[in-house]
Amino acid sequence: MSRLTSRLPAPLARLAARLTTHFTSHRSQGIFFAIVALGILLPILSRVPPFGALQSINAWTNAFTIAVIYSILAIGLNVVIGFAGLLDLGYAAFFALGGYTYALVASPFLNIHLPFWPVLIIGAIIGAIFGVLLGAPTLRLRGDYLAIVTLGFGEIVPITLLNADKFTAGTIGIGGIDKPNIPGLYNFDLTNPWPFYILVLAMLAIVVIVVYRLEDSKIGRAWEAIREDELAAESSGINTTISKLQAFAVGAAIAGFIGVFNAAKLTIVAPDMFGFVVSVSTLSAVVLGGMGNVVGVGIGAFVIYLIQSVFLKQLSILFTQLSIPILKDIDFLQFQYVLYGAALVIMMLRRPQGIFPARRRHRTFTDATGNSK
Amino acid sequence: MAEKAGVVSVRTERAPSRLLLPLVVVAFLAAMLAWLGLTQFLNALTLGAVYALIALGYTMVYGIIELINFAHGDVFMVGTFVSMFVSGTLLKEKNGIEDISALVFGLVLVFVITIAVMAVIGALIERFAYRPLRKAPKLAPLITAIGVSFILQNAVQYFFGPLTYNVPQIFPVTWAFMVGETRVPLLNLFVISVAAVLMFVLQLFISRTRTGRAMRTTAMDRDASSLMGVDINRTIMITFLIGSGLAGAAGVIHGLYYGNTNFTIGFASGLKAFTAAVLGGIGNTAGAALGGFLIAFVEVGAVVLGFSRWGGAVVFSLLVIFLVFRPTGLLGSSTGDRA
Repeated sequence: MSRLTSRLPAPLARLAARLTTHFTSHRSQGIFFAIVALGILLPILSRVPPFGALQSINAWTNAFTIAVIYSILAIGLNVVIGFAGLLDLGYAAFFALGGYTYALVASPFLNIHLPFWPVLIIGAIIGAIFGVLLGAPTLRLRGDYLAIVTLGFGEIVPITLLNADKFTAGTIGIGGIDKPNIPGLYNFDLTNPWPFYILVLAMLAIVVIVVYRLEDSKIGRAWEAIREDELAAESSGINTTISKLQAFAVGAAIAGFIGVFNAAKLTIVAPDMFGFVVSVSTLSAVVLGGMGNVVGVGIGAFVIYLIQSVFLKQLSILFTQLSIPILKDIDFLQFQYVLYGAALVIMMLRRPQGIFPARRRHRTFTDATGNSK
Repeated sequence: MAEKAGVVSVRTERAPSRLLLPLVVVAFLAAMLAWLGLTQFLNALTLGAVYALIALGYTMVYGIIELINFAHGDVFMVGTFVSMFVSGTLLKEKNGIEDISALVFGLVLVFVITIAVMAVIGALIERFAYRPLRKAPKLAPLITAIGVSFILQNAVQYFFGPLTYNVPQIFPVTWAFMVGETRVPLLNLFVISVAAVLMFVLQLFISRTRTGRAMRTTAMDRDASSLMGVDINRTIMITFLIGSGLAGAAGVIHGLYYGNTNFTIGFASGLKAFTAAVLGGIGNTAGAALGGFLIAFVEVGAVVLGFSRWGGAVVFSLLVIFLVFRPTGLLGSSTGDRA
C-alpha cells in the first residue's frame, strides 16, 4: 500500500492514507463501499469485449445475482467450517428450509401471501432453529462423524420435502412464489433483474459485516480456539458445546436468510434444487477460496458459479460455432463435477489453505500433528 | 498414531458374550422371517449381503487410518460397471447361462476380473489421493475423498452417459425351487453364500495371517507397529486392495441380482453401507457385516410397512440416532472409543 501511495502526488497520497486509516478503523463502512464499488464495476466489466460478447447485460445481471447468492451461502458455510472447524456436509438443507419457508407463506400453494421482508428474518430464524436442533445432539461427536450426521441430515430434508407432498407439492415443487415488494414505492418485476441485483448486494453487505464482526468478537475468538485445539479451548474456560452451537446456528441462519431470497428470485423451489451437489459445490467454494477467509470464499463461490453457468456453457457454444473438431463435440457442462472433484483433490494435495489463505488459520493445515479436525 | 496430546485413549474392548450374540442373531432372523415372509426375507438378506460387503471396506479403512472413505460407495458403483463390461462385452452374454460349466467359468471370470480391477483402482486412489495426506489433519483427506467420489462418478458418466444400464444376469433368474407355496430363486441363495464365503475368508485372513496381524496392529498403533517391523505403507495399501475388492464383489452381486446400474447408485448405497459400519461398531469387521444385514432388514421392513419412499430417511435417522446415543455401535470396537 505504501509503495503504491508514494508514487501518487502529495494531496492524493494524503487522501489515500486518510482513507486507509479511516477504513481500517471503520471496517463495516469499508465493506459497504467495497460492495457498492463491486456492484457498479461488475455490470461495466460485463460489457467489456470478451465478456460482453458472451451474453446480454440482463443475462449477466441475473448470473451475477445467482453468483452472489452462492457467495453468501459459502460465507455462511465458512462460519461453520472455516471459523469453527466443523465439517458440515448437509448445508444445502438449511438453504432449502429458508426457501420452503418463503414458498409456503408467499405463494398460491397455500394461498398465503406474507410480505417478503419479515420472512427474510423468519427464514433466518428457522434456519438457526434447525441448526440448533441438529447441532445440539450431534456436536459432541468427533469431526468426521459430525460430517456424516450432517450429510444424513442433508439427505433427510430433500427426501422429506419430496415425500411430504401434501405440504410441499413433492417433486414438482412450489411455483409462482411472490416477488419482493416495497409497499407504495416499488414492485419487483421479473423482467427487470436490476432490483434483485441491488437487493442481493445489500444482503451480501449485511452478511459480510455481521460475519466480520462475529469473527472479531468473543464468540469468533472462541470458534478459532476450538478450531485450533478443542481441548486447550475447553480448559481455558470456553464452553465448547455452546460455541459450536453458535457457529452452527449462525451458519444455518445465513443459509435460511439467503434461501428466502433465492426462492423469491427463482419463484420456484423443488427438492432437487437442494441436493448433495449444492452442499458439495458450496464446500468446494469454501475450500478453493481459502477456509476462514470471508472475502476468499465469497470470491471462490462467485467465480465457481460463473465458470459453471456462464463460461462452460459459452465455451461449448463457441466451439460449436467455430466447428473446431473434437472440441465442439465436448459438452463442457458435463465436466463441471469432474472439475469440482479434481479441484478439491488438487487443492488438498498442493495448496490446502486455499487460493486466498486466511490470515489466522494456521494449525488446521500447517501442523502435521493435529488430528482432531 | 498421533494421539491428541494429553488424552489417554482408553480402549474398552467390549467382547460380547460368545453365546449371546449368535442367539440374538438367530432370534432376530426368525422373527424377521415370520414377519416378512420368505420372499422378502431372502430379498433383505441379498440386499444385506451387498451392504455388508461395502460396509467392510468402510470399516477396514476407518479402522486402519481413521478416514471415512467417501469414494468407497463410488468404487462399488464402478464395480457394477466393470462387471457389466466383463459379462456383457467380454463374454457377450445377455441372459442367464444355462450350461453349468460355462456358467461357472463365466461367474469366476466376472468375480475375479471385477475384484481385481476394483482392488487396483482402490489401491491407486490410496496411493495418489490419500497417502500424500496421511500426516495432514483429518479434514484434508476427507475433502479429498469427496473429490475422488465426484471424479469417479463423472468419469463413469462421461464414458457411459447418465442412462440406467441393464447388467446381464448371467446366473439364470429362472432357476428356483419351491418351499411350500413360495418360490425360492437359486440366485438369492448363490449370492448370499458368495457374500458369506467372502466374509468368512476375510475373517480368517485378518485373524490368522501375518498380513492380517499387521493390519490389526497398524490399526491399534501405527508408530509402534512400524517399530516392530511392519511395513505401514504396504499394510494400508493391502487394506485398500481388500476393501475395494470386496466393493467390487458387491458390485457383481448387485448386477447379478438387480440387473441394472447407474452412475449415481454409489452415493446412496455408500451412505447406507457406512451407516451399517457405524451400526456394527466402526473398525469392527464382524460388526460391519451384522450392520449391513440389519440396515437391509430396516429398509425392506419399511417397504413392507408401506413406507418405501421413506426408506432412505429411516436409515439416515437411524444413523443419526446411533451416532448420538451409541457411537461405538452394537459390537463396540477398538477405535470407537475415540468418537
